[in-house]
Amino acid sequence: MTELLQRILPTVQKPARYTGGEYNEIQKDPADVRVRVAFCFPDTYEIGMSNVGMRILYGVMNEMEGVWCQRVFAPWGDMEEAMKTHNLPLRALESQEPVKDFDLVAFTIGYEMSYSNILNMLRLAQIPLHKEDRKGLKNMVFAGGVCVYNPEPLADFVDFFSLGEGEEITPEILRLYDRAKAEDWSKEDFLREAAKIPGVYVPGLYRHEYGEEGTLLRIVPEEGAPEKVTKRIIEDLDHAYFPTKMVVPSTEIVHDRGNLELFRGCIRGCRFCQAGFTYRPVRKRRADTQFRQAKAMLEDSGFNELTLSSLSTSDYRELKALTDALIPYCEEHKISLSVPSLRADNFSRELMQKLQTLRKSGLTFAPEAGTQRLRDVINKNLTEEEILTSCATAFAGGWSNVKLYFMLGLPTETDEDVLGIADLVYKIICAWKEHGINKKRGLRVHVATAFFVPKPHTPFQWEQQITPQEYLRRCKLLKEHFYSKSIEYDYHAPDLSCLEAVMARGDRRLGPVIEYAVEHGARLDGWDEYFRYDLWQDAFRACGVDPSFYTTRGFGQEQVLPWDTIDVGVSRDFLWRERQRAYRGLVTPDCRHGCSGCGANCLLKEVPCDA
Amino acid sequence: MHRLLFEKTGNAVWISHLDLMRLFQRAFKRAGLPLTHTQGFNPRPSVSIALPLSVGVESRCELLDFDLECPIPEEEELISRLNAALVEGVRVLRAYADGRKLRDLCYLNCDVVLEYDGGVPAGAGEAILTLLDQPELNVEKKNRNGVTVQNIASMIRERSMETGAFGELILHATVCCQNPTLNPAQIIAAIEKYLPELAPDFFRCCRVDLLDREKNQFR
Repeated sequence: MTELLQRILPTVQKPARYTGGEYNEIQKDPADVRVRVAFCFPDTYEIGMSNVGMRILYGVMNEMEGVWCQRVFAPWGDMEEAMKTHNLPLRALESQEPVKDFDLVAFTIGYEMSYSNILNMLRLAQIPLHKEDRKGLKNMVFAGGVCVYNPEPLADFVDFFSLGEGEEITPEILRLYDRAKAEDWSKEDFLREAAKIPGVYVPGLYRHEYGEEGTLLRIVPEEGAPEKVTKRIIEDLDHAYFPTKMVVPSTEIVHDRGNLELFRGCIRGCRFCQAGFTYRPVRKRRADTQFRQAKAMLEDSGFNELTLSSLSTSDYRELKALTDALIPYCEEHKISLSVPSLRADNFSRELMQKLQTLRKSGLTFAPEAGTQRLRDVINKNLTEEEILTSCATAFAGGWSNVKLYFMLGLPTETDEDVLGIADLVYKIICAWKEHGINKKRGLRVHVATAFFVPKPHTPFQWEQQITPQEYLRRCKLLKEHFYSKSIEYDYHAPDLSCLEAVMARGDRRLGPVIEYAVEHGARLDGWDEYFRYDLWQDAFRACGVDPSFYTTRGFGQEQVLPWDTIDVGVSRDFLWRERQRAYRGLVTPDCRHGCSGCGANCLLKEVPCDA
Repeated sequence: MHRLLFEKTGNAVWISHLDLMRLFQRAFKRAGLPLTHTQGFNPRPSVSIALPLSVGVESRCELLDFDLECPIPEEEELISRLNAALVEGVRVLRAYADGRKLRDLCYLNCDVVLEYDGGVPAGAGEAILTLLDQPELNVEKKNRNGVTVQNIASMIRERSMETGAFGELILHATVCCQNPTLNPAQIIAAIEKYLPELAPDFFRCCRVDLLDREKNQFR
């Protein structure tokens, strides 16, 4: 007779995401395995399998003798229902064994809106949510990823956090666990030892003391825990692990293609951008290394698409050498090469023209703000002239699609800045009228505005978020000033951004809120089909937590920040200095035009900062 | 144009038709066998699969047509290189230098396995065979334009019933597979409609072989 899971699969959407069995999936003989890691991505298969960090760490862990790392993803709603109906626990793809039978449960967290998925996945795995309810070494939960630079909202549930790039720290953690398991340590002993690994943050070793209004007064390290935990980085990317043999999904995922990571870090210093500061210092990977790795990966995977990724492609010093090698290779092998995140300079324009022979893509800009004044405030040094020149060239070359991304609610923003967006769009339309060669097809300008969310470890980490009402007023104001039929305008709904803002700068008082929301049905919050703000509002009320405490209130200069224990390399003094420059409208030049002294270079021991 | 015969079993049955095309395109690349591409603005690798298979249906007789930019290796080598580049459950069985025109493909042999958790009801096999002898079996069929009613009786050409090793019923049937096409799952729909008390707790389908108009094997 057909087993239960096989009977459920015909009833759910996209069943292939629950079966595993893809090309290059790692299978191991259980007899050789001492440490089993359930590597959980708190979103669906299609999102998680597109994650580069997960691909790297899957390879790193499985290269270790005695360790078997298996993948786990959040089920879609229909599968979750079926699992609940039949009391089926969440399983890992490779062995199809329940997650609750694993030694370690690891999460990689890149988005605040996946916090509900973390708890929901633990629930579906039938693993206790609270860290103190999980006794012994079994089912210990740890987490990494960009969100854990403020780990406090998850402190009730996660035993320890792994900060920064995981290639080296993850094996160190697993080796310690291997030893602890062999020697039968207590969980407390393991956590105390783990806290000695640079980059491991054990929240249970820190007491957070709150004042009467709910403000954080003090963070007290206990049992010899370090006052600051510094993120880990890989200094030499040319010799770092690169996943040549990637799991190739049998079903379509979001980014279904090969990927090259050009370099890590960013020289730009846009003041709203968390990645721009937390990925510092800048470390490059040589073009010849990249080309060799790309070839090996493409031959092994059979991908017909390759993308270059980094925070700002044009800032890769060897971009010309790399693309000169890649373009003929990709043409010969019918691989389409995409080079996103290019700046609007001459070389980029030439490059885009070359790539056009492979595949035509649209033109995308992220000016983020509508006026030069506000772009100076946020240190986004993209000028109107650069945008218009690029558009003119593109229009003359036959393009007729432009996408523009902005944020509303940025610090110091006025109505004039909002209307600056409409003005810029108008100028783009004029450029098309002047230079466009394909007038019959018509121009499409797609404008999207997001609601600004202040993030930890950025110069805007102290800022107030504007109210959702004010955000909507500005959206409406902008919309009223779009006159052309060529413009498509989308704005993000404010609820999700408010919640994101709460989680991003949240503290430990949010633990019960997340738990309440999940118990009442919150999950897959990043998906419109499932996001229910009312559940979260109920949760805040039930737990006596005011969400505006984390959004519109803002933080003072002297105030203790929940993430003060976490050191990403960029100093707090530098961030405050940058904030003051922002309010004076002063641009800070990119790192190649002079070091601005952010402090991240101090993380490097072997190589200098490549900024 | 060359042709492959392959099977799709195990967990691979959950791979959709479009995903399977992509899987093969990548497998050819991994095997170092460059496919020719269609001409035009957006060149696509030239692979096509004869009859799209519904998700969840097993098959031992799928046909895939392709063209290579390089000389084609010997059958044995081609098969082993492709199978090393494919996933578990998708396995190439034969390769042909050429193949018959698809319009000659007419019928397929299929197995429909009916699982009854409480044991097969007495007389179920005979009752179902009798039902399938009726001149009219109208079942609903969902398509892009909504729901239509299809008389499937004339599309079921041969049938026999067998009891499996675990007490399940196995219906062997020959059904039309082109103009018109019968999805074997429609036979279950007929049972659910006309003999609801004999509706199985679970069923699965398997394509066994492809036939031409004269009911000879089609390749």
